Amino acid sequence: MGKLDLIQTLSGHEGRVWNVCWHPQGNTLASCGEDKTIRLWFKEGSKWVNKDILTEGHQRTIREVAWSSCGNYLASASFDATTGIWDKKGGQFDCISSLEGHENEVKSVAWSKSGQLLSTCSRDKSVWIWEVIEDEYECAAVLNAHTQDVKKVVWHPHLDILASASYDNTAKLFKEDVADNDWICIATLSSHTSTVWSLAFDHSGTRLATCSDDCTVKIWQEYLSNNSEGIVTPDNNPVWKCVCTLSGYHTRAIYDISWCHKTHLLATACGDDAIRIFKEAEDSEKHTPTFILLATCANAHTQDVNAVAWNPSVPGLLASASDDGEVKLWQYEDN
Amino acid sequence: MGFDDLENINPKLYRKCNDREVTTEEESDDIYDEFDAREIFDLIRGINDPEHPLTLEELNVVKQNDVCVDNKNNEIKVLFTPTIPHCSMATLIGLSIRVQLLRSLPPRFKICVQIYPGTHASEEAINKQLADKERVAAALENNDLIACINDCIVVD
Repeated sequence: MGKLDLIQTLSGHEGRVWNVCWHPQGNTLASCGEDKTIRLWFKEGSKWVNKDILTEGHQRTIREVAWSSCGNYLASASFDATTGIWDKKGGQFDCISSLEGHENEVKSVAWSKSGQLLSTCSRDKSVWIWEVIEDEYECAAVLNAHTQDVKKVVWHPHLDILASASYDNTAKLFKEDVADNDWICIATLSSHTSTVWSLAFDHSGTRLATCSDDCTVKIWQEYLSNNSEGIVTPDNNPVWKCVCTLSGYHTRAIYDISWCHKTHLLATACGDDAIRIFKEAEDSEKHTPTFILLATCANAHTQDVNAVAWNPSVPGLLASASDDGEVKLWQYEDN
Repeated sequence: MGFDDLENINPKLYRKCNDREVTTEEESDDIYDEFDAREIFDLIRGINDPEHPLTLEELNVVKQNDVCVDNKNNEIKVLFTPTIPHCSMATLIGLSIRVQLLRSLPPRFKICVQIYPGTHASEEAINKQLADKERVAAALENNDLIACINDCIVVD
């Protein structure tokens, strides 16, 4: 068992805060929301302070922000159908590009590990892959595999494999077919009974956690071709199998999930105002893993929790964003 | 909208309920009174139908009995009944109810607006849409749609 201690409440946004994202070095937090601004929070002494407010990038709600893995760029996905690219070349962040193409709300944006690929998704049901060549962004693929709006995209931690979550109740995985440079869907993860809101890879990239409107979290495991368990892999593509379902813990839609690559802790953001922390049990079996609830912070916020993100360098440091207009920082401690 | 375009040309009309009688307890600031179903019903019964110059109460789309308030868990559930099972306005009506409640009630409430079971052909799809707060938020940033909703909500 463990507990979550509140470190600091970061107030400033007006209205709903949709998302938070840590700089890869862990020293800056970006947040965004309904007020169409991106706020950057830096640590000064023992306190986090709001140093920058990025405005004038978008006409409507900013749904998500994402740092590139080099830490030099920030991308923002907006309901105004554009994706903003922010760069700090001139000493402060400026919006250097606005990527157009989606027909309506862009809901998520993510950079690949190499920084050479960017992905976006939208209510228009499509997932786009953009190639990044010296500050130029070129559309490399438009993937129409989902049948409903796509809520979230995330890249594999090491490989150029993309995962997406959708209102069509599925998650999908995509990769480039080296034979003809075409991006193809290599797996469809069906088991949730309602919208899949978000997903997160573990540190190795062989497991994926999905969270849904059906109030469950599912853990999926990759099985490569010729695996010793005898799981059939059509076309030699890896198969992703649901190996664990966490049900009975959340009482409303789960909007986000974050899997810490250092501590292996899983955090969830729920519409019941709570943040929950899970971890794989020590005596867990690889192919039938057991995850245990370590902590529940009920009333973590006064309204829905929309996002959670583990700090990439400080173990146990978690950021959350809520409809109540606040961003909060938490420290997880084992009891 | 022209007469020929109406989906339901001759809807059945229902009598409006009387105004709530305010008790002395309710007027006393010393007594804490919780939200009740009648209060929620009063917030939504005057919403105009998008098609007819009538209120949702007069068309029996909303009823006090289909409002459920759970103060302890901060939950409010409203079921509404479209006048015909293929009503294309059902989503707009649901959104109008939701917006009216979001604007009137304290933010601690979790508001659920759904179609009365078995009264609409696309019940499941519409319920899912109305429950998706991201879609609702995006819809409310659409000026044309918000103008439509405001027309429904405005009390003459």
